[in-house]
Amino acid sequence: MSKIHVTTKINGDTVEFLCDPRETVLDVLRDRLGLTGAKEGCGTGDCGACSVTLDGRLVCSCLVLGAEADGKEIGTVEGIAQGEDLHPLQEKFIEYAALQCGICTPGILVAAKSLLEKNPDPTEEQVRYWLAGNLCRCTGYDKIIRAVMDTAADLREAS
Amino acid sequence: MRYLTPASFEDAVAMATGSDGVIRFLAGGTDVLVQMRADIVTPDTLIDVKKIDGVHDISRADDGSWTIGVASTGAEMTEHDGLGKDWPGVVEAMDLIGSTQVQGRATLTGNLCNASPAADSVPAMIAAGATVSVTGPDGTRTVAVEDIATGPGKTSLAQGELISSVNLPARGAGGGDAYLRFIPRTEMDIAVVGCAVNLRVDGDTITEARVSLGAVAPTALLVTDAATALIGSTLDDAALDALAAAASAACNPIDDKRGTIEFRTKIAGVLAKRAAKIAYDRARAQQ
Repeated sequence: MSKIHVTTKINGDTVEFLCDPRETVLDVLRDRLGLTGAKEGCGTGDCGACSVTLDGRLVCSCLVLGAEADGKEIGTVEGIAQGEDLHPLQEKFIEYAALQCGICTPGILVAAKSLLEKNPDPTEEQVRYWLAGNLCRCTGYDKIIRAVMDTAADLREAS
Repeated sequence: MRYLTPASFEDAVAMATGSDGVIRFLAGGTDVLVQMRADIVTPDTLIDVKKIDGVHDISRADDGSWTIGVASTGAEMTEHDGLGKDWPGVVEAMDLIGSTQVQGRATLTGNLCNASPAADSVPAMIAAGATVSVTGPDGTRTVAVEDIATGPGKTSLAQGELISSVNLPARGAGGGDAYLRFIPRTEMDIAVVGCAVNLRVDGDTITEARVSLGAVAPTALLVTDAATALIGSTLDDAALDALAAAASAACNPIDDKRGTIEFRTKIAGVLAKRAAKIAYDRARAQQ
């Protein structure tokens, strides 16, 4: 079976790849492009560990086919830090120890960044609802929510 | 599996009629890709409709009616300036489906074609009096939303047919709709019971009503007896009790760990009352 040629932009860089029609964006990122930040938890859109942005919209990369990415822009956790400089969310997650095993963290960082770009001053309830599709089995969420709220406050002060 | 991207609905129909084996149309993919991964459906041909002109558009015609493109997502519906003002019940029903991530992909049309009895947006569309345009080898026909699903996972669409738009009627003065569902959690769950009410008032009196229930029968139901209980009333206690009784009487639910027959039947009446109150308040505010 012939593969599909896809041209896309990932974290600002133009990327071309060949993929099988059944492969998802998550498969392509991890297995073809070596971008292993997005994690496969469930593979069925329930856990959010594979969260990326597609043309700026938060999605589960396990629910998007690689072929669908043609002409689109993808943002992954690898694009959040600027070189050695961590994103304020990443700094705050470390400060608050808002992670334990870390599997859900890349997806939560991508999702939280997407929220703060849309709503720089979210309520705790809005943060909890926005992140309801990102499952964490370690932390009990509290530190994650506090880290996101505190980052939002810092970013508002800085702007 | 072949992956095809038609440029028009006519091309999509030609691709579907010219293909052998299992065919699936792909919009948001939040059901199709899950079914592919679980080997519930293994398409030989996957036809992605998202490159067809206009499928991402949400537009209001001069007469006030709405056309929602088949690839418009839940997030786009929620963010739309005017749609939620005219049809808050339809928008809030769609918005209840899945997570933020799922909202970025999931569509009304996909929710309808997946034909789950518990689909949240379907009762809201039925109550609203929505229709869909169905394009097939013989052209395009208009079908009421309640005539699409025929049972769990089954639709009345023939081979080679696909939905080409969702159409909502003009809201008009004094109209309001609402959707409520029961789930045992606060978010990210499947309806145990869903209920949508759409009505119109003249002063305090209800002049038109449509009531639809989800997750209490093999398909979402249009419950005319429940609407009759509302029409002519001022939503007094007697009308609400008659509404609840009619809603419960229409139930033919499954009995499972998520909700017993008795529970689903009772809750259908409770949600009908609550949704009717919200729709009534919204309708009176629109006069």
